[in-house]
Amino acid sequence: MAIDVATVRKVARLARIATPEDRLEPLAQELNGIMAWIEQLAEVDTDGVEPLTSVVGAGAPLRDDVVTMGGDASVITSNAPKSVDGFFVVPKVVE
Amino acid sequence: MSALTSLTLKGAIDGLEAGDFTSVELTTAHIEAIEAARALNAFIVETPEQALSMAAASDARRALGAAGPLDGAPLGIKDLFCTKGVQTTACSNILKGFVPEYESTVTSQLWRDGAVMLGKLNLDQFAMGSSNETSAFGPVTNPWRSTASNKALTPGGSSGGSAAAVAADLCLGATATDTGGSIRQPAAFTGTVGIKPTYGRCSRWGVVAFASSLDQAGPIAKTVEDAALLLTSMCGHDPKDSTSLDVPVPDFTQFVGKSVKGLKIGIPKEYRVDNMPAEIEKLWEDGIAWLKEAGCEIVDISLPHTKYALPAYYIVAPAEASSNLARYDGMRYGLRAEGGNLTETYENTRAEGFGDEVKRRILIGTYVLSAGYYDAYYLKALKVRRRIAEDFDKAWERCDAILTPTAPSAAFGLGENSNDPIAMYLNDVFTVTTNLAGLPGLSLPAGLDSNGLPLGLQIIGKPLDEGTVFSVAGAMEKAAGFNAKAGKWW
Amino acid sequence: MSETSKQIQGRTGPWEIVLGLEIHAQVASKSKLFSGAAVGFGAGPNEQVSLVDAAMPGMLPVLNGFCVEQAVKTGLGLKAQINLKSRFDRKNYFYPDLPQGYQISQFDQPIVGEGVVTVERDDGTTFDVRIERLHLEQDAGKSLHDQDPNATYVDLNRAGTALMEIVSKPDMRTSEEAAAYVKKLRTILVYLGTCDGDMEKGNLRADVNVSVCRPGDYEKFRETNDFKHLGTRCEIKNVNSYRYIQQAIEYEARRQIEILEDGGKVDQETRLFDPTKLETRSMRSKEEAHDYRYFPDPDLLPLILDADWVKTIEETLPELPDAKKARLQSQYGLSAYDAGVLIIESDRADYFEAAAKGRDAKLVSNWVTNELLAKLSAGGHEIANSPLPASDIAEMVELIENGTISSKIAKELFEHMWAGEGRPSEIVQKRGLVQINDTGAIEAAIDKLIAANPDKAEAVKEKPQAIGWFVGQVMKETGGKANPATVNELLKSKLGL
Repeated sequence: MAIDVATVRKVARLARIATPEDRLEPLAQELNGIMAWIEQLAEVDTDGVEPLTSVVGAGAPLRDDVVTMGGDASVITSNAPKSVDGFFVVPKVVE
Repeated sequence: MSALTSLTLKGAIDGLEAGDFTSVELTTAHIEAIEAARALNAFIVETPEQALSMAAASDARRALGAAGPLDGAPLGIKDLFCTKGVQTTACSNILKGFVPEYESTVTSQLWRDGAVMLGKLNLDQFAMGSSNETSAFGPVTNPWRSTASNKALTPGGSSGGSAAAVAADLCLGATATDTGGSIRQPAAFTGTVGIKPTYGRCSRWGVVAFASSLDQAGPIAKTVEDAALLLTSMCGHDPKDSTSLDVPVPDFTQFVGKSVKGLKIGIPKEYRVDNMPAEIEKLWEDGIAWLKEAGCEIVDISLPHTKYALPAYYIVAPAEASSNLARYDGMRYGLRAEGGNLTETYENTRAEGFGDEVKRRILIGTYVLSAGYYDAYYLKALKVRRRIAEDFDKAWERCDAILTPTAPSAAFGLGENSNDPIAMYLNDVFTVTTNLAGLPGLSLPAGLDSNGLPLGLQIIGKPLDEGTVFSVAGAMEKAAGFNAKAGKWW
Repeated sequence: MSETSKQIQGRTGPWEIVLGLEIHAQVASKSKLFSGAAVGFGAGPNEQVSLVDAAMPGMLPVLNGFCVEQAVKTGLGLKAQINLKSRFDRKNYFYPDLPQGYQISQFDQPIVGEGVVTVERDDGTTFDVRIERLHLEQDAGKSLHDQDPNATYVDLNRAGTALMEIVSKPDMRTSEEAAAYVKKLRTILVYLGTCDGDMEKGNLRADVNVSVCRPGDYEKFRETNDFKHLGTRCEIKNVNSYRYIQQAIEYEARRQIEILEDGGKVDQETRLFDPTKLETRSMRSKEEAHDYRYFPDPDLLPLILDADWVKTIEETLPELPDAKKARLQSQYGLSAYDAGVLIIESDRADYFEAAAKGRDAKLVSNWVTNELLAKLSAGGHEIANSPLPASDIAEMVELIENGTISSKIAKELFEHMWAGEGRPSEIVQKRGLVQINDTGAIEAAIDKLIAANPDKAEAVKEKPQAIGWFVGQVMKETGGKANPATVNELLKSKLGL
């Protein structure tokens, strides 16, 4: 499961992080180092073990179907890099 | 230097109550101390006007006999907590200039109880780090210095700013967060007390998320009692956080000073790691002796999966983080680095906005969740997590609390480990198990190493049993008699 | 399983279509699935958005219990398995209308499992569409591409709205079947009240999965459940009308057949239907295979449902279309066709039953399904807001039943009723529409007619159908008010038939 340059490139694209070509190899090495250290998990016998996704034992709390939030677009867009007439303005999306 | 800033939180509140001084005086003293301590880089945003206005309001409340449990006490807030109207950045460029229109639940409870905000404290970017060196605002310098050299030391991380500020008497207490040890390890490095409560005790609403199933807020303070006081205000069920526990919050201070006679203290053999410095081994023995002296029964226990906790953590935490940090995309707030098209804008923004460690963890997290790797890594790590939790379940059958060292070393030099991610990760070897299992864990200063640097001991408790943790910590604090302070060089 | 499959003749032989649909139905709730912002149409941009919907730092989801209930109700309406334990997962991808950078959905453990919907074809035959699952998920916001040539405008009002995604198994074989399935599903949802079914507003949308295969392959698939027997499928996203669904399927099937007949391979891809060009197009922006990296949402806890609570919901479900249709047939003796028309909306059936109380059900049904529905449709009225209450129809039918008016007169009466002239019996009195039952008067009219037309009267003996002319004349003579049955009877006897 070695991480090569192609994998770093693919993962960086999935994560939307621009990664210059000259960083790909060093990153691959760094990540490989970390993954190699993580490999030791394979030693643990986990047959029949249920994954632990939350330490909270209970079930999901539910809320009532009441409108309690929203109503003010200015609060929502107050930190926007670009907004016009209450809309967020983002780079053109090509469909 | 003002005597006011060397008070404990409890001492200051008593003084305010007795009318020895006002909150404005107390707050002013701390504002001045902060100004004089900029070399530490603990505070990244100072809010003196707001602090004084809150202090004045507190004095007015007190005059009417309406003072709350923390009324008038100036505190520092880790810049991971969203504070309304005050810049919140998680010490990352990607949140440059972000001013929340909302207040985190934890901090709103502190203000409800009358506390005063001095400013926002430095941290490792997005809480990812163990040395406060990944901050976009520059590293924090530990107020403690080795007797052997003058070089700048790390206060630990990610809550380095919080720990340094408390240790340097810049605030009476600070909020912090702990995902793998980020409260306890900096507390150990700075001779302060820090507690991460049971997962779900403190609301995560309004706290910038790193790893949702591991993050918990908690205080860093000068004494065990101070920490108990702060934690009581910070905890509480929040219906806005689905993982928040709906359980009553006791007054944790009542547990400090309680007798620990008859309590069984577990000593896990797996925490005796290879190459453990002799001084830390000795400190642990001291701790055991103190508790024995106080009437505790010492029990050898085994937590067999301890060594797998760190690698499991470094799958689970980055995986959750890679998803939690997807929202930082330059579209609705924070930094936007324009590109030729949408994809380029995303990629440029996140490349420019995130620091190297953050990027590293996002990439690892994305990788372990990606098609073909999910079972081998993420699912495997969650199964190991259950094993770790089961280790503790079994241990609780034989003991009431567990004693371990907090960190595998004293504070190290800035820049010493920054090139070796794994060496940095190993800082959390003793703390990360409690995050995975959701247990309360406290660190208190127990002694100094041969270079005069503080060392901490960790007490781990059963779920929701912060009470026992505080009682044991209180007894140990008394026995240790640690009263060293960082020599003021700034 | 649908038995009749339409085959498409290609150059190299016959082909068949296989269709599966994923329907996104917006839950008819007041607030969103995980946030307390309002749901609904017409607000200004970003006015129905909470901090949670905008994915501000530190925000967290809390599940709307009402939405859970609607999903369970819908599952029960689909005769499906309700999973007492289910879980929410994150589906990770980047898009400006997806603020979190992930959609909270259900991947591994949906709230509802397998079920079935019985669908009527136009010819009255039925087929079953098996339901694979139903799960809850967040809707995304809206991107507007036409406000600025160089930018996209994003409105998050819809972001976070609760959707029920209903996934069918590939059980449809023609475009008509697909449209009929959507119609039936919509009817069930509207009956349950869990979705308003407004396709124009996009509250009900279909993703259509289309593949083609050779005759015989589909049967192999059904036997083995192995998808290798079926062709590569393409998904046509967000089709929101029955006509578009049919057109999209027709185009896509032919497109795939052409590729295959030319010896090529169909690429698995996501496509959009262009209703102006009547073609499907590949979605360029989603051309790279998405790795959604599903994992359990760590901000949420597992959804645990109480079996008794589910039972209570089951017991309080409204009568559903199939059951109502069967009951209308058995209780009122209606034909399957008439019952089918009446159950298209439960309001219609309710109206009918109110009018039919104690009346000739077939008569009432005719008046409702023919005259009334036509008038309502022309005037743009919903039957729930019908200007004519059910009691008026009932009254009119009673007048027909007791011979006060004839069916022919009733047609005229109905126009006056619709014009708002008052209650039926009032109008009949005022306008003198009472049917002439007096045999004496009718006989007189008949005698006059026969006397004036002796040849025709003779010819009728040869050609009995010609009596129609006489009937018409008598009716004209009596201003249309003669009792037609009596006219016929008397004519027959007087004409010697």
